[in-house]
This record gives sequence, structure tokens and C-alpha cells, in this order.
Amino acid sequence: MTCMQDLSKSKGATTLERPSWWEERAPQIRELKFTLYLLRQSPLVVVGFALIGLFIGVAIFAPWIAPYGPEQRFWQLPQQPPSWQFLFGTDTTGGDIFSRVIWGARLDLVIALTVVASAIVIGSVLGAVSGFLGRAYDEILMRITDVFLAFPALILAMAVAAALGRNLTNLTIALIVVWWPTYARLIRGQVLAEKERLYVDAARAVGASPRRIIFRHVLPNSIFPIIVQATLDLGGVILTAAGLSFIGFGAGAGVAEWGLMIADGRSYLFQSPWIATFPGLAILFSSLGLNLVGDGLRDVLDPRLRR
Amino acid sequence: MRAKAHSSSSFFCSDCSATLLAQSVFLLRLVSSVKLRHYVIRRLLLMIPVLIGVSMMTFTLSHVIGDPVAAYISSQDVKLSEQQIQRIVEAHHLDDPLYVQYFYYISDLLRGDWGISRTDSDRPVIESIQRYFPATAELTMVSMVFALALGIPIGIISAVRKDRPEDHATRVFSLVGVSMPVFWLALLLQYAFYYQLKIHNLPNLPSGGRVDQFVWIDNPLHVVTGLYTVDGLITGNFAIFFDALVHLILPGFALSYVFMAVFVRMMRSSMLEVMRQDYITLARSKGLSERVVIYRHALRNAMIPTVTVAGLAFGGLLAGAVLTETVFSFPGIGRWSVSAIVRDDIASIMGFMLIIAVVYMLANLIVDLLYAWIDPRIRLG
Repeated sequence: MTCMQDLSKSKGATTLERPSWWEERAPQIRELKFTLYLLRQSPLVVVGFALIGLFIGVAIFAPWIAPYGPEQRFWQLPQQPPSWQFLFGTDTTGGDIFSRVIWGARLDLVIALTVVASAIVIGSVLGAVSGFLGRAYDEILMRITDVFLAFPALILAMAVAAALGRNLTNLTIALIVVWWPTYARLIRGQVLAEKERLYVDAARAVGASPRRIIFRHVLPNSIFPIIVQATLDLGGVILTAAGLSFIGFGAGAGVAEWGLMIADGRSYLFQSPWIATFPGLAILFSSLGLNLVGDGLRDVLDPRLRR
Repeated sequence: MRAKAHSSSSFFCSDCSATLLAQSVFLLRLVSSVKLRHYVIRRLLLMIPVLIGVSMMTFTLSHVIGDPVAAYISSQDVKLSEQQIQRIVEAHHLDDPLYVQYFYYISDLLRGDWGISRTDSDRPVIESIQRYFPATAELTMVSMVFALALGIPIGIISAVRKDRPEDHATRVFSLVGVSMPVFWLALLLQYAFYYQLKIHNLPNLPSGGRVDQFVWIDNPLHVVTGLYTVDGLITGNFAIFFDALVHLILPGFALSYVFMAVFVRMMRSSMLEVMRQDYITLARSKGLSERVVIYRHALRNAMIPTVTVAGLAFGGLLAGAVLTETVFSFPGIGRWSVSAIVRDDIASIMGFMLIIAVVYMLANLIVDLLYAWIDPRIRLG
């Protein structure tokens, strides 16, 4: 169960050589190798990893891959169909869509990562404490999450973004506000299940503080469902953020953001369909990659399906 | 224990032709059972704190967005005098401490005074909701029908043909659905089924709206429920019925694809889970044909999780309706809310939030009741 935890540790810990480290973790490393082996068996997961790798690569190396800048304009060449000079054509103001899609990967992936990472941090702390302490604290937190979950994600994000003002930062904040309750509930459930386990009793018996038990013992053991949820949510956040951008939240005019680019192409859909098509494909494939991997991970990590 | 409960219930409902009668008597008894009634009451009571929380949230947001007075001022009243504004402030107690304001906010809500929708030519918000909600309801219901009617059979095929090409194809189909930006799909559908068909002089589907203006002028509809297809049918106005139906196809399909995909996945995994149970092995060993095993024994039990997902999906449908209605210029509450946000029309935004929360909660309640009704283990647990 704890192999993913050790994967993260092993990266940081290779320099702090502890002689018994590998032997200590041998069963977990075997487990991790087996997980990776199972993942490789599924062609869909491999495709998913390839897609995610592609988009991350594109986002990191955008300045070297993109032929033009994100807001560079060829004013005399608007609405050009795809050609060798402009691979995906140009938009209404003469921006190169190929370059803008590439720069957009940077923006959209950063938004998605920020939202999911913040939601996990906030949700983990509140959820874990709630599950561990129980009683009134738990009841109050669960009723608060009930209120947040009483709205569909996009609609609550719309209202929060409208309240804060329409720009990209506020869009990100609105999405965090919408997403943390999911994690709070997920982690609370995990903690409730884990805290009855023997190792928690053992930790308590050797005098570990509740905080240490939660963050050093219980949370690392609940990491798998969080990873699966996070992978799937990254796709969800990309879709929601693009949807909000499309109806006018988030990025201001001209910014290379996928949802906004589709909104720009909408008025010229019939004359220049390529303007809306390529950013849409980017959203579809990035989200698809994440869903393929998330789905595969869920299957592989689910002990019932693992056999 | 679990398998036992399952097997007794599926024995009960699959063996003889008198099953149907026995089953309805059984269900009638269940509905009137004390436990179910208690369950319903408990669920309704649990909604109250959530509703209070929801109203607190809309109250807070409306104070953050701007001056709460704006909710009660119509667009014609832009040049109000100080005294007039003061009168509005006093009427709605906007000078009082926040908790007093909240109290009056709630009582205004309960009396049906939800403010004025500047987006909808200064109608009271509650009237705008009555005006726009039926369109959204019609759209979401059509999508739900699309999603269930296609998603469930595809999910069954995928499970029955596990790891065959059909299964891989459906998995890709459903993963693409979950990853598809609904507004982009809507644009693609418009391009293919309206524009491309039109330029090739083929019969095409309308690109937006609820009904064609000309059809409406020739066949004015007497609006009863606000659902044009239903109204068309009950008043015998078939021209409007067909036109409204045709206008629902593209937005309905665009909106349904994501949820169809969700149903396919749910149906597949719960079918696979059910097919592993002992009572399926038993049914097979009794010599029942594979068809009977799948459709009579497995399907019923596999439907249970799908029903739950249908309830959750309803919230997603409402959210997707915001985007779909925007693309298809479909006059529902989603499009109304988007224009309200663009104009910072606080009263409309908050009205929209409230109605969505209530509808979403009711949908979940209904699903939970259905769930308890289908699966005795929950009700009696």
C-alpha cells in the first residue's frame, strides 16, 4: 500500500544514504515494480502517459517549440487556413494558432496543477483532522462541504469568479474554492478507515502525537486514492477552466488560453472552422491523457481488480 | 451476507410469471413501510441545514459582488435620488447589522421577493426563473434520456464482451466523452449538422433556439407547462411539437455525451462486479441461457449504482446546460445566468444559484429514495 509514498521519498532520499533503506523497503519496491508492470500491460494507459508527456513537454519547452510568441500578430494575415507557415492557420487578428495552442498548454496545465495541488493541501489538512478528531469538528466540516457540494462545480465557480472579478487569478481561486471539499471528504473517509488499523494503535502506544499520527502515518497510507482522484481531477479542472473562459471568465482578450481561443473562433465558426477546432483538440487530448492514466491507475491500484 | 441478500431477491423476481403481481404488492408494502417513511423524513430534515448554508453562501457572495442595493434597482432607475435609494435600503434593511440583513434576506426569499432581474427586462427574478427554467428542464431531460438510452446498452455490451475489440472501442468512446469539452462538441455539431448539411442543400438540423419563429407565428402555442414538446402534444399543436423536438436534438446530444460516457463506465464496472457473484453462477448452473442470466439476473442488480450516478449526473447536466445553452442560443436559465454575470446582475445570479442548488438537492433526494426502493439493504440497514 505504501509504495507510492516511498517512491516520492526515494527521489529525495538517494543522497542521504541509509544503508538499510533498500532492504527495509524491499517489499514496497517490489509492489511498485509490479504496479508499473501492470500499468505497462494496458495499451490505453501507455497512450495516456504519452499524451500527458507530450503536453508537459510542450508546456515546458514552449519558447523553443512555438514558432511565434503567444500574442504576436500578423495583422495583414487574419483567418488564414492551415499552411506550412501557419500549421493550424491564423485567428481573426492574425495570431498563429499553432503557437498559441502551445503557449496555452503552459497556461492551462499550470492552472490545473495549481488548483488540484491547493485543493489537495487544503482538503487533506481539513479532512484528515476532521476524520481523526471526529465529533463536533467533523460534523461542522461535513455540513460545510455539503453546502459546497450542493452546487455543480462549474456553477459555483461561476458565482465565485463573478464575485471576485473576472481574471485568471480569480478563476484559479474560484476553482480551488470549488474543488477542496471533494478532497476533504475523500481524505476524511480514508482517515476514518485507516484510524481503526493496528499500526495507528501501535503509533499511539509508542506515544506519537495525533498530528504525527495523521501526517506521518495515516495520510501516506491514504495516498493512492488521492493520486487517482487527482489525476482524474486535473482533466476535470482543465475542462471546467476552459468552459469558464469560454463564457467570459478568466483570461482577458487576446491571451493564449484554450477556452478563450474557442470563444474567439465561435463567431467565425463557419468561415474559419480551424480557429475553434485546434484549441478544442488540445483540451480534448490533454484531458483524455489524464483520464486514461487515472482510469488505468484506478484499475491497477484497486485490489479487487488487481488479481 | 451480501451475496445471500442478492440471491434471495433475484430468486424472488425471476422464477415465475406471477412475479409481476407479487412484486408490485411487495413494492407497495415497502413504500408504505414505516422505515421508508422515516428515511424520507430524515432526508428532508437533513436538507434544511444545507439550504440554510446555501442561502448564507448566496448572501455572502451577493455582498462581495457589489452593493446589495443593486439587486432591487431596475435598469430604468439608474438616476435614482438619494432619498429613493435610502427608501430601498430601508425597505430591505440594508443598513442593519449583517445578521439582521440575513434574516430579512431569508424572509424576502421565502415571500418570493428575489429581487429584480435587469438581464430580463426588469422582471422579478422569480418570474424570470419561471420563464426560463422549463427550457432548461426540457433540455436536461432530453439529454438524460439520450444518455441513459445509449449509455446502458453500450455499457452492457462492453461488460459482456470484456477485453474484446467491442469493449476496447466502448472504453475509448466513453473516455473521449468524459474528456470532451461540451461547448466545443456543441460547436462541432453545429458545424457538421447545420452548416455542412445546409451548404450541400441537405435537410439540416437547426443551429439554435427553441422553436422556429415562423413555425411559432403560424402555429402559436398555448403554453401550459412551458415544456414546448409536452405543450405541443397536449394542445394538439404538432407543428410546434416536431419543431421543438428537432431543436432539441443537437443541444440534447451535445449535453448528453459526457453523461452517456459516465453511464457506460458505471454500467460496465457494475455489470462485471455482478457477474462475479454466486447467484450468477447459480443461475448458470441451473441451465438458464446466457441471455436470461444477463438480462434477468445481472442487469437488475447492476442498475443500482447507475441510478445513483444518474442523480449525480443531473447536477453536471445543469452545469453543462450553461455552456450548451450559450452555444445554441437556447433560452434557458443557463444562458440567462451567463448574461446576468456579464452585466453584474446580482439578483439574477443569486436567484440562479439558489434554484440550481434546490433542484440539484431534490434530484439527489429522489435518487436516494429510488435507490432505497430498489435496494432493500439500504432502507433496512
